[in-house]
Amino acid sequence: MEKYQLLFAVLFQLAQLVLVVVFAPLLTGWVNQCQAWLQNRSGAGVLQPYRVLRKLFSKDAVIAHNASPLFRVTPYIVFGCMWLAAAIIPIIAVDLPFSMAADVIALVGVFAVARVFISLAAMDIGTAFGSMGARREMLVSFLAEPALLMVFFTASMISHSTQLPVIVDTLAHHQFVLYPSLAFAALAFLMVLLAENARIPVDNPSTHLELTMIHEAMILEYSARHLALIEWASSLKLFAYITIGIALFLPHGIAEVGNWAGLPLAIVALLLKLVLAGAALAVFEIVSAKLRIFRAPEFLATAFLLAVLGLLIHFLLGA
Amino acid sequence: MQTPFLLQFINLLAALLLLIAFAMLTQRRILSLINLFALQGAVLSLSTFVVAFSTSQHHLYYSAGLTLLLKVLLLPWLLHRLIRKLNVRWDVETLINIPTTMLVGISLVIFSFNLAAPIAQLSEGLTRGLIGIALASVLLSLLMMLTRRKAVSQVVAFLSLENGLFFAATSATQGMPLVVELGIALDVLVATFIFGIFFFQIRETFDSLDIAHMEKLKDD
Repeated sequence: MEKYQLLFAVLFQLAQLVLVVVFAPLLTGWVNQCQAWLQNRSGAGVLQPYRVLRKLFSKDAVIAHNASPLFRVTPYIVFGCMWLAAAIIPIIAVDLPFSMAADVIALVGVFAVARVFISLAAMDIGTAFGSMGARREMLVSFLAEPALLMVFFTASMISHSTQLPVIVDTLAHHQFVLYPSLAFAALAFLMVLLAENARIPVDNPSTHLELTMIHEAMILEYSARHLALIEWASSLKLFAYITIGIALFLPHGIAEVGNWAGLPLAIVALLLKLVLAGAALAVFEIVSAKLRIFRAPEFLATAFLLAVLGLLIHFLLGA
Repeated sequence: MQTPFLLQFINLLAALLLLIAFAMLTQRRILSLINLFALQGAVLSLSTFVVAFSTSQHHLYYSAGLTLLLKVLLLPWLLHRLIRKLNVRWDVETLINIPTTMLVGISLVIFSFNLAAPIAQLSEGLTRGLIGIALASVLLSLLMMLTRRKAVSQVVAFLSLENGLFFAATSATQGMPLVVELGIALDVLVATFIFGIFFFQIRETFDSLDIAHMEKLKDD
């Protein structure tokens, strides 16, 4: 029985690996569709990201003459990092053999690797927009990263582990406790999620307006399959962040170790949570206005402050 | 198992109170400031109600009701009316920039948590861990009074300071006698009225609600 257990777990891990990469664009499409509805537009449909990907993959890539090999490999590295990150987050069941590869701190590192490469590639061509975007991305992310780490520390202190499966298991399957510290962490995490995924208060993903773009400015030089991989990686990143949020703050309903009968329920719960989270994200983006770039540090400082407060509250109240 | 869950709930509300205090500290707009003040009153009222329920002290129900009436409905309404009449909807100007204020706020929170730790040992109530939070929100309101330049936001800070004190009273000592509470409530109400009259006077004299103009009043 033990042997089969491991086999099942590995199979399950492989299934998740495939599922996240296939369904991540669907989530992006759903968020965009919700936004379109809220703006009284009919929208392009939830399948639009797939159409974009197919179109991009069937085109010929154009690469600048002075592009170095770094520019060519970056889309693959970024895609790989995001795929790894999305695959090791426990979303349906807590026993994922591969998730031992990276605890939450390493997960932050994986995001950082992708970020460093995409910024270097943006500077590689030497256009003004590329380096402007890269510098802004670094400004935003070096403030977002400590806040994200603090959020993870709060959750780790509660469960005495930095392994995501252990954290999720502690929060979901032990006695139900209200954690005030996690309320702070959740708010901080939402702000980091918006900043890191180039969503509205910090960056606008649907604009190519020169002076305000951050993420779009970095990928201006990419085309065809490279651009497709980067878009796909962005979808995976959004998916990874939303599932981290679900895993930390709403883990209830996830299947326990070895409880395969609980899987269908866990899948339904996950789908429901993803649909709600996507809609909530769209609503949040609609009601907030884009910040000036110089207000972004203040926004992220607030996120960091909330995360630190969560940690302090945990020390004071022990919860 | 019922009491621990209620305690957790009170802890959550206390954390929310602290969060709102921070939100007020970083808020730039006067209208949102007043709405946050009303929200703080609502959380305070709810937490008083829960403390009353979990320790079955009936006089706390009255103070919860009084808080709801006064701090959620009456005072925000008065303040809204005031700023409509004064026509002050501008952004609040702060003396130091907001990230610095937040850092100072964080160190105040650490300071008050440390300060309250030995005091909490002396108390025997269920909710003694909350003294630190109450103290922190009092100090944060004080900081807000110091960093704001406009009279209206200073008054909101004063009122939120009273909220923090009230929370300390309910959480640490199971609430003050009803007479004292009624007295304080009346004081706050009267203070708001007087501040309202002051605002008009200040504006008439200086054409502005900026406190900095008051420095002209001193003798040379």
